Amino acid sequence: MKQYRDDFPALAQEIHGNPLVYLDNAASAQQPQAVIDAVAAYHSHNHANVHRGVHTLSNRATEAYEGARDKVAGFVNAASRNEIVWTSGTTESINLVAQSFLRPRIGKGEKVLITHLEHHSNIVPWQMVCDQTGAELAVAPINDVGEVDIDELFALMTDNVRLLAIAHVSNALGTVNPIQRIVDEAKRRDIPVLVDGAQGVPHMNIDVQALGCDFYAFSAHKMFGPTGMGVLYGREALLDAMPPWKGGGEMILEVRFDGTTYNELPYKFEAGTPNIGGAAGMGAAVDYLQAIGMEQIADYEAELHAYMVKRLSNVEGMRLIGTAKKRASVQSFLLGEVHPHDLGTILDHQGIAVRTGHHCAMPLMELYGIPGTARASLALYNNADDVDRLVAGLDKAREIFG
Amino acid sequence: MSAAEDLRDLYRELILDHARKPRHFGKLANATHEAEGINPLCGDKLHLYLRIDDDASIADATFEGSGCAISVASASLLTDIVTGLETEVLDDLVDTITTRLSGKHKDKELDERLSKLRALEGVSEFPARVKCATLAWHALRSAIHNDKDAATTE
Repeated sequence: MKQYRDDFPALAQEIHGNPLVYLDNAASAQQPQAVIDAVAAYHSHNHANVHRGVHTLSNRATEAYEGARDKVAGFVNAASRNEIVWTSGTTESINLVAQSFLRPRIGKGEKVLITHLEHHSNIVPWQMVCDQTGAELAVAPINDVGEVDIDELFALMTDNVRLLAIAHVSNALGTVNPIQRIVDEAKRRDIPVLVDGAQGVPHMNIDVQALGCDFYAFSAHKMFGPTGMGVLYGREALLDAMPPWKGGGEMILEVRFDGTTYNELPYKFEAGTPNIGGAAGMGAAVDYLQAIGMEQIADYEAELHAYMVKRLSNVEGMRLIGTAKKRASVQSFLLGEVHPHDLGTILDHQGIAVRTGHHCAMPLMELYGIPGTARASLALYNNADDVDRLVAGLDKAREIFG
Repeated sequence: MSAAEDLRDLYRELILDHARKPRHFGKLANATHEAEGINPLCGDKLHLYLRIDDDASIADATFEGSGCAISVASASLLTDIVTGLETEVLDDLVDTITTRLSGKHKDKELDERLSKLRALEGVSEFPARVKCATLAWHALRSAIHNDKDAATTE
């Protein structure tokens, strides 16, 4: 995938005198020139408010904004463009479902079901709904290697569960959940399912209709698009029945002081002037990924991930955190007694960017009894040389800490 | 300074020594003051214990918890330095040290008692790590003022 690396201008720089090795893609991926250009073109030539004016710039802005929605609908195979709601990111998508879908449908004695490996964004919005309604949070356990205990998860799918919210891919451990099997079982029991797809979408083909989930949330910036931009996919019948979450312009058909009629989908959930440049960038990111092909990306990353795991396993003092059979992109680890934060600084000084800390998954870190990990996460532009540099960087850390 | 030298400057022998073998580590049974220091972004968590005598001087200081080499070494050096000091000088001391670790007023002479802290000054070249070095000192300020809330670096 050498040719793709050259598409990303940020990768062609030196950090502390060394060529950048960017292994923090699970936090945020770099942007290809095509995305940067699309956002710049919008701001340079096509900026105006959407859905409002009859003038040319407004039309162009609307075209960029709505065109991107069509692209995303195709990318995840939604049944209709009305099922693609723009948000500021995965976090907002989940909060939207928490407040607009779950909150009116849940009460005392009822539960929302999550798992132990969720990101804080897939924990806290549900805790807020529980506080607001008196409902309870149920948490399915994981095993030592970082896989959800499927028997336990299914046992927790009781009659009083009003929603299952689960990650497609764990951001901290890289575990790929058997999401099809999980969604099938939940649907068999009539439990609505939200899938946190922030770490799924950049690395594998997503078909929301085949999967059969009710909601799928993801962010542009983890799939080579801009920050502040995200998507909530929701089944049209459910979105239709949900009240708006935020009030304002754009989400209305008619406003009178004795009552307001809300706009149709998806605009009902998009109050206020939206992130139009973000949508333009998201559209370009989808084009970019589709031109390469998600299958090819998944195969390439799987091979590179296996190489990374092999190389890391041979480093003296290495403890891999998260060794699920099926995992994608991510590897968390600890090196001897070196604190992850120190490791992060030492690697950075060799030009190697990794994430260190609790990865917004504090309950997971507590389960492993560790303060945090160092995490290397791959994207389509990484290569074996990046992995070799990481391993050499770790040797240097061992040398300093003796 | 080259990148490699910066790194050596951050992880000086004295720092690594205190990180590996923190002094005064553990709970202080007869503590009169204590405070928690939390660095929420990286998960560092230190608990500082002080025993302040009737004459308002620090008779004993210990800490426990976990953190990176910089935060543990800084806490360890803190417990070394503050034992015997009168509480009334501590606010100024915390100000002096946190300012200095942020890279300001580095040319000012340091009290001989504080000279060990020079070992921490490499941190000023690492903006993301300054808060690791100052965490214990924020906790010290909370402890002497009996603040109930944990001191945080955010």
